[in-house]
Formats: sequence, structure tokens, C-alpha cells
Amino acid sequence: MKTKMTVIAGLALAALAGTAVIADSHADKAALAAVKARQATMDLYAFNLGQLGAMAKGEVEYNADAAAAAAGNLAKLTSMNQMAAWKPGTDNATLGDVTHALPAVWESGSTVGEKAQALAEASAALEAAAGGGLDSLRGAMGPVGKACGACHELYRAKSN
Amino acid sequence: MRKLLATLTGLAVIAAAGGWILSAPKPLPQDAMAGLAGDAERGATVFWAGGCAACHAAPGAEGEARLVLAGGYRMESPFGAFVAPNISPSPQGIAGWSDLDLANALTRGVSPSGRHYYPALPYGTYARMTLQDVADLKAFMDTLPPSDVASKPHEVGFPFNIRRALGLWKLLFLNDDWVRPADTPELERGRYLVEALGHCAECHTPRNALGALDTTRWLQGAPNPSGKGKIPAINAANLSWSAEDIAYYLESGFTPDYDSAGGEMAQVVKNMAHLTPEDRAAIAAYIKAVP
Repeated sequence: MKTKMTVIAGLALAALAGTAVIADSHADKAALAAVKARQATMDLYAFNLGQLGAMAKGEVEYNADAAAAAAGNLAKLTSMNQMAAWKPGTDNATLGDVTHALPAVWESGSTVGEKAQALAEASAALEAAAGGGLDSLRGAMGPVGKACGACHELYRAKSN
Repeated sequence: MRKLLATLTGLAVIAAAGGWILSAPKPLPQDAMAGLAGDAERGATVFWAGGCAACHAAPGAEGEARLVLAGGYRMESPFGAFVAPNISPSPQGIAGWSDLDLANALTRGVSPSGRHYYPALPYGTYARMTLQDVADLKAFMDTLPPSDVASKPHEVGFPFNIRRALGLWKLLFLNDDWVRPADTPELERGRYLVEALGHCAECHTPRNALGALDTTRWLQGAPNPSGKGKIPAINAANLSWSAEDIAYYLESGFTPDYDSAGGEMAQVVKNMAHLTPEDRAAIAAYIKAVP
């Protein structure tokens, strides 16, 4: 009897889980693709910043060519037109945990555009500075970090 | 029976009087700041390390505007919302305050008129500040631009709106003992920056039912007082970052994964970025030494 109950309970749970999966498949695929694209872009920012940060921290030896290459990548990435990846309706209130982007990104009075512009400018300055020696690289990293933080402070939900 | 009642009444009066006396604000001696001259340049370090602008700059202020200490930041807590006041050198702020007034506010939680402040002003941390640092900080704050924005009242309900009761809270929890040992000059400096100025523990250490820090779980993470999410543990057992990672995070906002600080920590990084590399390294060394 007990076994039977367990089986029924198990089936019920499986049915519930199945419902959740079906509901998910109805989610806007285009919205999820946009989220994926912008998160991939963030990963590329982080990868290139990682090359530079390792030199700034002294974990790897400074190399002017490698620094210039990574900073050049970052400058290109941050100056891409990303409007399609930040389409309305892709906030965390609408899509849930797949994104940390707060609805405030799209609300009136949002300063996201200016923040993105500031990041592109700081990254361009970093590109100009990165090949000019370790101190030059270190100095130009600060404004990039500030630009990242300025946007995350206002427009990203806390992850923990 | 009547005699018993009289006795009880008498005891109650004595208890109330005792409570009243015990809960009295305890300012510093009148001559505490005598002979201490403030140095504005050193005060700037105290200001950034103490994180004053994080709450007292207008919300959303950037760059130079973070030096206009107009207040307005709302700190949510289980006891209500505290609204940071104007502390700029204006009549709406702290114009006319003496060095002693500031020292009483920061190290004793007592206002110039002798009332208790709520510990939303982290005087539980600032109690460990040197009075020289208070004098330097005051000299720096006097150089900042004035703001005529009026301070807003706290939104704190009964019984927490009885400020006098904070005297009993202070009696239980306010002291200037160090929490952690420090046996090198770097650790001592790190300890001073964390335990006396930076007030890392005010968010990263859990609190007891009365809202006091649980020093036995120092920097081991805590629920977010706003009710949403958790503030991470940063003690050595829980944080795998190297000392270099911590120092670089405080300088640039970049985590070891090159994510960046968000939320309140973005504010903290903005402050810590003003410190010297040595001071950030000292904070990192201290953090790495907390078990």
C-alpha cells in the first residue's frame, strides 16, 4: 500500500514538473535568445577584462601586445549596437530568474543609454592606454570598472 | 495588601528611575577634543574609508556630486526605514557643529542637543575611531559644498521611536573593544579600517534579535535588512578570493571572475577606490585573517 502511495505521489510530481516544462516552452523564444545574447556579450567583456586584470594584479607578466589586443576587443564589444539584445519585455519581472535585468532598465528616466555610452568611452580610453605600460593599463582599468558598476548598481538585481 | 501595593509601586518607581538614569545619553567629556587640530587632507582618507558618502550623498549622485552630503538615502530595516540626514556644512546640515559635537555623534551616538541617534549611523563601529581622526574628518567636511535640502524624518514606529530606550541598547552593545587580534602593523591598520571606519561588519555580520552585531559570527554573512536576499560571508573560511583579489575588487569593482560590484557594494568600491593601495591591501590582509 505504502509503495503504491509513493508511486502515485511520484507520478503526481512528475506531472507537475511536466507542466512546468510545457509552460517554459511557451515562453517567448525571442526574449530568451536576447537574454542569452547579452549574457554572452557580458561573458566576452569579462574574458577580455580577465586578461587585463591578471596583468594589473601582477598574476601574469605585463605584455603590451596582449594587453592592447584584449583592450581592443573590449572597445569593439562595448561599442556594438546591442538594442536587439535589450528589447523591452526581457526584464526579470517578466522572465524570472533567467535574467537579473531589472524593469528599471526600460522605464522612463532610465539612464542605461548614458551608462552604456560611458562604458564605451572608458573602454576606448583603455584601448589607447593598455599598450603603453603597466601603470598606464592600471590607471585606465579604474574608469572601466566604475562604468560597469554604475550600471549594475542601478539596473541589476542582486544575485544572492 | 495596601502595604504590598505601596511597596510594589515604590519598586516600580525605583526601576523606572533606574532605567531613566541608565538610558541617559553619555557624551564625551567637554575637553575631549582639546589640543586636537584637524587636518583636512588626512580627513579625506577618514571620510572615504568611513564610507560617509554612501548614505549621506543624495541617492544617484555621481562623481563630485558625492561630496554634497544632502542626505536622503533610505535604509530599510526590520525596525522601520531610516533616512540619512543632511550633514553638509549648511544650516540644514552640521554648520555650527564643534569637533566635540561630531565626536559625540560618531563615537557615542549622541546629538549636539543630547539625544540618542539610532545605530543606523554606525557608531557601534565608529566608537573605535581615534579622536584625532574625528578632528581630521571634521576639517575635511567643513571644506565640502553646503546643501540646503531639509533632512527627512525617519519612518520608525512604536516602540522603536522611543529614542531614550536606545540608551539601554548602548549599555548592552556599545563598546570600543577590538573584535579581532592584530599582530602586525598591516593587520592593525586593516583592523582599524574595517572595525573602526569601513563598517564592513554592519552588513556582513548577522545581528541578534535586538539588532546588535553577533561578534561570534564575525563577517560570516547575514540576511539583507531590506528583507530581500543575503549579504555574503567574507571571512576567510567562506571567501575563496586571494588578498590580491580582495584589494583589486576594492580598487576596481572587479571580482576574480571579472563580474563587477553591484548594489551597495558599488558604493563601497567608489569610496575604497580613494584609499591608497597600501590601505586596500591592509583591509584584504585583515579579511583573510578572519576565520
